[in-house]
Amino acid sequence: MTNAKIRLATVWLAGCSGCHMSFLDLDEWLLELAERAEIVYSPVASDIKTFPSNVDVCLVEGGVANTDNLELLHQVRANSRVLVSFGDCAITANIPGMRNMLNGADPVLRRSYLELADGSGQLPHAPGIVPELLERVVPVHELVPVDVWLPGCPPSAERIRAALEPLLAGEMPQLSGADQIRFG
Amino acid sequence: MSGACLRICTAASCRSRGAETLRQRCSALLESANSASATQGVAGRDVTVKGVGCLGPCSEGPLLAVDAAAGGSRLFSLGTNGQAGSAAVIEAAIKAVAADLHTAVADGDGSAVAQWSPPHSRELPADDPFLALQLRRVLAQCGRIDPAEIADALAAGAYRQLQAVLQRNDPAGVIELVRRSGLRGRGGAGYPTGLKWATVAAMPGGEKVVVCNADEGDPGAFMDRTVLEGDPHTLLEGMAIAAHAVGADRGFIYVRAEYPLAIERLRIAIAQAEQHGWLGTAIAGSDFSFHVELRVGAGAYVCGEETALIHSIEGRRGVPRPRPPYPAQRGVFGLPTLINNVETFANIPALLRLGPEAYAPGTKVFSLTGQVRRSGVLEVPMGTPLRTIVETMGGGAPAGRRIKAVQTGGPSGGCVPASALDTPVDYESLQALGTIMGSGGMVVLDDTTNMVDIAAFFMAFSREESCGKCIPCRSGTVQLEMLLRKLLSRQASELDLAQLERLCPVVSEASLCGLGQSAPRPVLSTLRHFRGDYLALLEPTPAAPPQEQNP
Amino acid sequence: MSVCTLRIDNRDVAIAAGASVLEAARAAGAAIPTLCHLDGLSPVAACRLCLVELEGSDKLQAACVTAVADGMQVRTDSPRLREIRRSVIELLFTEGNHVCAICVANGHCELQDLAVTVGMDHSRLPYRFPDRHVDLSHPLFGLDHNRCILCSRCVRVCDEVEGAHVWDIGWRGEHCRIIAGLDEPWEAVNACTHCGKCVEVCPTGALFHKADTSEEKQGHPERLQALVHARNHQQWQP
Repeated sequence: MTNAKIRLATVWLAGCSGCHMSFLDLDEWLLELAERAEIVYSPVASDIKTFPSNVDVCLVEGGVANTDNLELLHQVRANSRVLVSFGDCAITANIPGMRNMLNGADPVLRRSYLELADGSGQLPHAPGIVPELLERVVPVHELVPVDVWLPGCPPSAERIRAALEPLLAGEMPQLSGADQIRFG
Repeated sequence: MSGACLRICTAASCRSRGAETLRQRCSALLESANSASATQGVAGRDVTVKGVGCLGPCSEGPLLAVDAAAGGSRLFSLGTNGQAGSAAVIEAAIKAVAADLHTAVADGDGSAVAQWSPPHSRELPADDPFLALQLRRVLAQCGRIDPAEIADALAAGAYRQLQAVLQRNDPAGVIELVRRSGLRGRGGAGYPTGLKWATVAAMPGGEKVVVCNADEGDPGAFMDRTVLEGDPHTLLEGMAIAAHAVGADRGFIYVRAEYPLAIERLRIAIAQAEQHGWLGTAIAGSDFSFHVELRVGAGAYVCGEETALIHSIEGRRGVPRPRPPYPAQRGVFGLPTLINNVETFANIPALLRLGPEAYAPGTKVFSLTGQVRRSGVLEVPMGTPLRTIVETMGGGAPAGRRIKAVQTGGPSGGCVPASALDTPVDYESLQALGTIMGSGGMVVLDDTTNMVDIAAFFMAFSREESCGKCIPCRSGTVQLEMLLRKLLSRQASELDLAQLERLCPVVSEASLCGLGQSAPRPVLSTLRHFRGDYLALLEPTPAAPPQEQNP
Repeated sequence: MSVCTLRIDNRDVAIAAGASVLEAARAAGAAIPTLCHLDGLSPVAACRLCLVELEGSDKLQAACVTAVADGMQVRTDSPRLREIRRSVIELLFTEGNHVCAICVANGHCELQDLAVTVGMDHSRLPYRFPDRHVDLSHPLFGLDHNRCILCSRCVRVCDEVEGAHVWDIGWRGEHCRIIAGLDEPWEAVNACTHCGKCVEVCPTGALFHKADTSEEKQGHPERLQALVHARNHQQWQP
């Protein structure tokens, strides 16, 4: 292992961004992290708009709910050595996945934009601007191989750190016990 | 007096091809001929018509046998030889036969009938392998007697073994004979019957129960139905002998509702046996009483599992429970209970008649079906090679096709590849191939079959029939079917195949009852013998996770 | 009272004959996971988490219904058992809709705890997202079928302890669900005494007090156990 900074990315798919907020709760440890990692892509710590190549570790928050999520996820997988499924939405589809019980994208859109509209509802339709919903919200590992699972809604800052510390040291984290892998 | 006799198979398969209509027309014809001859002062024609149980090669049905008064009989197929006859074709054939029979009857005293061949029929010669290679013991009277007439059965020797058993009054001796014969449960598990009887007999307490499991539910299995429809008295006799041996005075026959004809025949047989003193109180003048009740299932396959069956008889939800306690210890209404399958009980009279040494190694009844030229019910000596059954007797695959596999044991069983057709059909040999003897369903699959499709079919069956009590079966069968469907839709990767192979042992090792424990077997067996069928469905492997784990 | 001596995970245990392997294992300090089992209710061996290996047999046995025997050698942990236990938990998570974050039982849920116990950081099997319903007809309690794992504790406690038999299991296989009365709204079943025992023994958030919001439901199996103990021993003073 070298002392070179690892290239770290975080992405935000279908989730509430709570996992990223929890990431920010790492507080002063973020300074240490900044010493040891270069943030190459992140909705909370970078302005880069396209996912870079040659990423060492990428935390993926959220389930995969629409075509944009899907496209970005494939870019992430193609360009990252270690993909961390970050939080319950990424791992179980969690709350975004509750729409799956309605069985398809169309019933969800109709429910949200027509049945619950007051008066002049219409279905969103703007190809190329508003991404199409997938039929079902899918956990990340059902679509691409995942290397590390970091459950929690959100995972606490301590739990995120427990996963990142070994990764910074070039090792795979071995998470176990209620403090590290409990859902919810 | 025994004149010429027309025996018409009116069991389920031939009945579905109009055999019952044929029987009614022939009977009516003879009746009117007889009454006409009576008024004319001519001697009544010595011809009878009777509806009988299965005559064997169902695919040739409707089947009709003609017995000459002097002995000897000929078997005719009115069927369209494997081609599904339309209702109109069948109706025309029945009309032709009835009209032609009219001529034969008008001709004389039964000898003309004995010579008669039905029009548009094909005679199945006695040396036809399907008939000649059988050893009919369980089915000895099936197809010969009218199952709705106990007099016919009694004339053929029904209840004679029961009478002898009651005269000797040596229950332990009977159990010893059963043990020595090596008879094993014909329902599929192959548990030694003598041992089971001895266990129940040894249980303390005055009240015991005998149960016949007639909940035959495997797809492609209709052996027990054949016995129930064709010769219910052999079953009742076997049950009564068992009850006497173990000290039971109550019996239940648990029969599936999907067998209405079997239920009807059983009701008639039980009532007639009671009238004639072969069931009920003080049987044949002895102090032995045995009361048999019929219990009709409500469509759940799992009720063929003995603890679920017990619950169902008791009027409770048909779900299995852990064993022990075994039914021999605590069965129906908490009483020591002997549960055997239809065919097992139906073996008993023949076993006692022949004696254990001459009886061994016994026979097995199979229902041969699927992609085979001739399907039907056959009874062969235990250990007959599979090839003899499916190729010699069944005629092999349809023209231009080859046999790929033979599925035995239904959803609990597996597939024997064509390369292993020389395997003798016995409990151990089939188990060594990753399948089971099962109850006797034998489905032939030809080379147009995708074995993954077969596995998915059986998994869908197990999923549908899971009772839902334990999670590995309730949910594991769903996940297994999902994986198989993913394969069939060509969306599965090697990871999915690995998942399939990982989940199968979990379901089989962790499930509560035999249904769940054996549900993965069709998958495991096809994976073992036909892995190529699975690999051919895989999509290219997705990018593997990086092996280099150091970031 | 006769005593059986057996070995559990290479530890000698002496326990009263008639005890279950589960009781013996707990006495020996071996942690066997359970879910459908609850002290005070009859065992049903449905969840299969307590399967153990017995020396000399290839067949796994459910510890909750297997009686101890002299000389028995039990293994409560092995790679094979671990694989089964994790798979069982995955099967439970994927067949229902278990959204821990918004559940009344979050933090106090036996299923959630067991996921940790078996090391399930994700499910290797796909989630099925079934369409299930919620019965809020009862004035005090609710039943969310999305969270029900069909352990049947509610069925047993209502039948065996309360004697009301409000609950049963309806339908079959994947369509199984807990039903009140003859599949009626809970509120319509007059046999219900509103005692709340079913809520107290429910291991997940499926049965809950209507007043509870997320993370607020706590099970109280100890109340049932105190009652059963008091009845069995006629000791009503603590």
